[in-house]
Amino acid sequence: MRTRALIARICRQMIRDKRTLALLLAAPLLVLTLMYYILNGGEADNPRIGIVQEDAALAGMLQQAGIDPMLVSEASAATIERHKLDGVLTFEDGRPALLLENADPAQAKALRMKISQIAAFQTLDGLGLPVSASPGIETSYVYGGEESSFFDVLSPILVGFFVFFFVFLISGIGLLRERTTGTLERLMSTPIRRGEVLTGYLAGYGIFAVVQTIIVVMYAVNVLDIPLAGSIWNVLLINLLVALVALSLGILLSTFASSEFQMVQFIPVVVIPQVFFAGILPLDGMANWLQILGKIMPLYYAGDALTGVMYRGEGIGDIVPNLLFLVAFACLFIELNIRALKKYRK
Amino acid sequence: MGIAVQVDRVSKSYGKKTVLQDVTLQMRQGQIYGLIGPSGAGKTTLVKMLVGMERADTGKVNVLGEAMPNLKLLQDIGYMAQSDALYTELTGEENLTFFASLFKLGKEAKRERIAYASELVNLSGELGKRVAAYSGGMKRRLSLAVALIQNPRLLILDEPTVGIDPSLRVSIWNELLRLKEEEGKTIVVTTHVMDEAARCDYLAMVRDGRILTSGTPRELMAQYDTDNLESVFLAAGGSSR
Repeated sequence: MRTRALIARICRQMIRDKRTLALLLAAPLLVLTLMYYILNGGEADNPRIGIVQEDAALAGMLQQAGIDPMLVSEASAATIERHKLDGVLTFEDGRPALLLENADPAQAKALRMKISQIAAFQTLDGLGLPVSASPGIETSYVYGGEESSFFDVLSPILVGFFVFFFVFLISGIGLLRERTTGTLERLMSTPIRRGEVLTGYLAGYGIFAVVQTIIVVMYAVNVLDIPLAGSIWNVLLINLLVALVALSLGILLSTFASSEFQMVQFIPVVVIPQVFFAGILPLDGMANWLQILGKIMPLYYAGDALTGVMYRGEGIGDIVPNLLFLVAFACLFIELNIRALKKYRK
Repeated sequence: MGIAVQVDRVSKSYGKKTVLQDVTLQMRQGQIYGLIGPSGAGKTTLVKMLVGMERADTGKVNVLGEAMPNLKLLQDIGYMAQSDALYTELTGEENLTFFASLFKLGKEAKRERIAYASELVNLSGELGKRVAAYSGGMKRRLSLAVALIQNPRLLILDEPTVGIDPSLRVSIWNELLRLKEEEGKTIVVTTHVMDEAARCDYLAMVRDGRILTSGTPRELMAQYDTDNLESVFLAAGGSSR
């Protein structure tokens, strides 16, 4: 009864606050769309390589490898700058030398690989040995396909992250406002129980979290066409748990903030580090202590479960451990919240 | 008449700072009891103990015959804090309805209490407006109406008339007196306005966490041989310095 009054009040407040509602519902879609176009952007222009000697065979091979050759006078930084090249390839006494711009190290590395392959052919050719064109390797994939892009792996994590971030922010600031205006104190001077207060808040903000989750997931799958190998119900289930964790964590942390500004300060401390461990960056390569650190972060489990279902097509059985961890986090935060409310009523 | 509030040798400190020191008070039912003293004297902490929001380090607090903190007892205590504590996105009526539904009130009783409380503070015509559009005084009045909503036996008001214009202050005080006389309510008020103190049945002067002196306004003035409470307060405070 009291809980219901609390839920009704939160809903009414949220609906009156159009801007917050818009942030909660539209902002994740905006960012997700932007990320989609940025990461799925069209093919980059071919890299441009300068060669000092006229060499038709070499130029042909470069072109075949998707590199635009250009005849230049010398191998120097000035040449690269003047002609907007990615590198210059020279041969001294038959030995290849490559000067790279290295503005983008990852791109430069890929370019070096391609060119050293070509240079090896060139050397073999020079020795009069038979050269076969690069052998085509038949490739098949366990997950995804040839067309899979970084965004496909990233998007499940992004969906979970947005649900986490926005729910955390709005529930945290919502409750903080209640603390600073004194309404929470007044609430606690009525016969309402602490459990009822927390249930009311979880359910009240939870309704909006559920709506947000459904919109984000549906948009990602149906409009952005993010590949969904597993079941959408599992995706929704994971995200609902993520929302619950974010909700209880946001309410809990608002205890330790005395202004909206201080609540926002939790973002770099609590939210951003979780992104690193959610699976966007490979965890295998991290130091041991970092891997352990990752395992105390809710988004680690959420990220693993979401990529599991959406990209690797895992079923409910495969994600149960992750789900249990999320439930455990939510229970922990809820319990801490009930204790924190003691501050208002001894 | 019974005892409404019994505070027995209560002390409270936050860290090293002592907020209340060996405070003993007794408030009888059906009286207006004033706690007067400068800001930071410990009035609010004392009042919060009566509502069960703070726990005494040592000593006992009994309210309406039961030891505080006590959840059930809150049904009988109306509390108005120093801050207005209202939901500004909601209308006045929605605020009243929300707080009313936190108490055990029937549907009909709820409607009656909302009508009564808003009439009392002269807000009946403004209930449909959002609180964000209210003036400071209107918010204070609505806050008072919220404290009265469940028809509590004990009313605890922390500086109820701050920011309210003089004519409304008079009408609120008249209503407090009426609540006391006709409905036998016990009212605890903190204030630092001396003419309000003069209208209380019993006064306790608080400074630095201690009760400097207490008694009816007349007793106090006689004790310090003056004709106004302000000099009583200065004299009582001066002796402790």
